[in-house]
Amino acid sequence: MTQAAAHTLPGGRGFYDEPGRHTGIRGWIFSTDHKRIGLLYLGSMSVFFLTALTLGVLMRLEMLSPGKTIVEPQTYNTFFTLHGIMMIFLFIIPGLPAVFGNFLLPIMIGAKDVFFPRLNLLSWWLFMIGGLLALASVFFPGGAADTGWTFYVPYSVRTSTNVLPALIAAFILGFSSILTGLNFVTTIHRMRAPGMDWFRMPLFVWSLYATAWIQILATPIVGITLLLVAVERMFGVGIFDPALGGDPVLFQHLFWIYSHPAVYIMVLPGLGVVSEILPVFARRTIFGYKFIAYSSLAIAFLGSLVWAHHMFTVGMSNTGMFVFSLLTFLVSIPSAIKVFNWIATLYKGSIALEPPLLFILSFIIQFSIGGFTGLMLGALAVNIHVQDTYFVVGHFHYVMFGGTGFGLFAAMHYWFPKMFGRMYKKGPAVVAWALTTLGFNMLYFPFLILGYMGMPRRYYDYLPEYQSVHVVATVGSWVLALGVIILIVNLLVSLRRGAIAPANPWGGKTLEWTVPSPPPMENFDTIPTVTTGPYDYSEYEQRSAEHP
Amino acid sequence: MFTGSSPFADYVDATFLLIVGISSLVLLGLVVAMIYFLFRYSRKRNPHPTNIEGNVPLEVAWTVIPLVLFMGMFYMGWEGYSRMSEVPDNAVPIHVTARMWTWTFEYPNGLQTDTLFVPVQQPIKLSLTSMDVNHSMYIPAFRIKKDVIPNRTNVMWFSTPEPRSYDIACAEYCGLRHAYMYTKVVAMTPEAFDQWYRARSAKASKDYAPLRSAAPAR
Ligand SMILES: [Cu+2]
Repeated sequence: MTQAAAHTLPGGRGFYDEPGRHTGIRGWIFSTDHKRIGLLYLGSMSVFFLTALTLGVLMRLEMLSPGKTIVEPQTYNTFFTLHGIMMIFLFIIPGLPAVFGNFLLPIMIGAKDVFFPRLNLLSWWLFMIGGLLALASVFFPGGAADTGWTFYVPYSVRTSTNVLPALIAAFILGFSSILTGLNFVTTIHRMRAPGMDWFRMPLFVWSLYATAWIQILATPIVGITLLLVAVERMFGVGIFDPALGGDPVLFQHLFWIYSHPAVYIMVLPGLGVVSEILPVFARRTIFGYKFIAYSSLAIAFLGSLVWAHHMFTVGMSNTGMFVFSLLTFLVSIPSAIKVFNWIATLYKGSIALEPPLLFILSFIIQFSIGGFTGLMLGALAVNIHVQDTYFVVGHFHYVMFGGTGFGLFAAMHYWFPKMFGRMYKKGPAVVAWALTTLGFNMLYFPFLILGYMGMPRRYYDYLPEYQSVHVVATVGSWVLALGVIILIVNLLVSLRRGAIAPANPWGGKTLEWTVPSPPPMENFDTIPTVTTGPYDYSEYEQRSAEHP
Repeated sequence: MFTGSSPFADYVDATFLLIVGISSLVLLGLVVAMIYFLFRYSRKRNPHPTNIEGNVPLEVAWTVIPLVLFMGMFYMGWEGYSRMSEVPDNAVPIHVTARMWTWTFEYPNGLQTDTLFVPVQQPIKLSLTSMDVNHSMYIPAFRIKKDVIPNRTNVMWFSTPEPRSYDIACAEYCGLRHAYMYTKVVAMTPEAFDQWYRARSAKASKDYAPLRSAAPAR
């Protein structure tokens, strides 16, 4: 599809012209070019995203009325399990780093590729094997896993559904994530162009750097934990299952020691995208570059110390409750710092309201609501009431979808011309932005209300008093889905029909905008020498602009 | 909200509304600033940007002010939770057993029920354990919840002032009929409760002793 689009470009089609040793489809799936690998991730991730989104829409349809609406309870339980596994392991975690990180990181730091190109290709293959195994497990005898994406023991050890393939899939996906992280850390340390010192790096690169460290340090823990559950299911060892003398709470600790940092794997690159896109459309430098860069590292560090706030009702010591609640409030500070710096970046800018910026503005507001609801969850007394209710579901969708998801939409609209050498139509993109923003909030704000009313999550059925709020949320899901469809169709149509994109349609100052769209095979003819920070817009100031 | 249905309910609601209030103000400020900047500094109105690299006093301000506010929220949350975790000495112990997908309540004399009957104003201490997978006992109106885990006894307490009934839900996913694992807590006047307790104990051939005096000092 991308190749076909490139065919019609008059001025050469960059790296699309040079498939390397292989041709056709093999020129893609065996390519070690970071740009091709990025696009491979984009294609596969989009398929997983649309599948999981469809499951989400079906779940909302089921929630339209109490009792059975469209599916049986067992089917519903597999829906939310698959929705969670796919959205988390196959969409949000790889989304920004594997797609946009792969395509752009080497270009943004002035390199020809990542440090380990073959390892990079292996990461994609592992990703596909894991993803397809997760999908295939649905069709194995026994039925799809019904444990929720959290795999809580003892249920996950006892259910007769196909938990094992799902566990192994998540384990393999973990390796893909670790290897990508390793590759990025090495690339950033070793491959920066001359003059690209640490504080001249684009903030998206900073966020990828912080993310990569979490991927390397935290992912092995969930890997080994999931493996232990698999061993427990096969051999009945008794690590987590109380019936065998194990401790189910130990599982939760190990699971969240990874899965909380994983939340930051999901959200940090999104924060990086905001910091990257805002200055371009405000046509001024980012406000507080170092504070934003260091806050990413602070989030990565503090974020690894707050895992037990997912377990405040599990029966912990008061000391544990005190410490984990306190640390949870501390980890919100770096996120708050970012939000204030972003708003300040609009101050005295020269702002063009293009589609990427619109998605970023939605991101900032929705991510803030995610943060505020996080404060409510961090306060112990409130947490006890809303833990395991729709409030939590609303909160993390505000962060994950309202934040990272919209960051991905923004990144898509920002780097689309660079990746495909085509522009998209602005009108439909704005309509898609309006519909996704409206639909998103109409879908997830009611969740917060339902949660405080006392509706637990993962419920197939509910009491009649919750119905009116559920109906609003379900209608919201239709609006959101319509917005996503328009968004995707607009971009797909533009792949073939869009106007030819110039090298730098938005006036960006980072290195990817200095190379043609799409970039040539090894990105740069000669490796550039960097002399300024990444967001130097001083040329637009009054002084220089007074020339006739 | 503010039903006073348990010793914690109003406090939890107040903490929640306080954080909602502060958050709403800050969010409003962010949105107003954002929209104002978008108009005031649009490319049409302001073709020439000013590059402001940052402002350290401002960074300090928006680090320290949230920090102070957050510590206040943390303290309120902690204070509320401390009350939930301190079980009064005169609380009546009732054992709760969860299994897929029912609740069993066992009174001090061994009487078992599937609905939780309690006298009003009387602190009740629930000892929770599970026969199979994880569950979580959740009484939304009382704003309390505690996981119910096999091989482990978790404790939760409450008292309630009015003679009426409230929902008890399972909040930790436990399989096929998780959404149907509802029962009720029924609060009765002390007289009505004694009458019910005496009658049910007799029917189940359990010794009857008034519940309050049966409470061992803890
Ligand atoms: Cu249950």
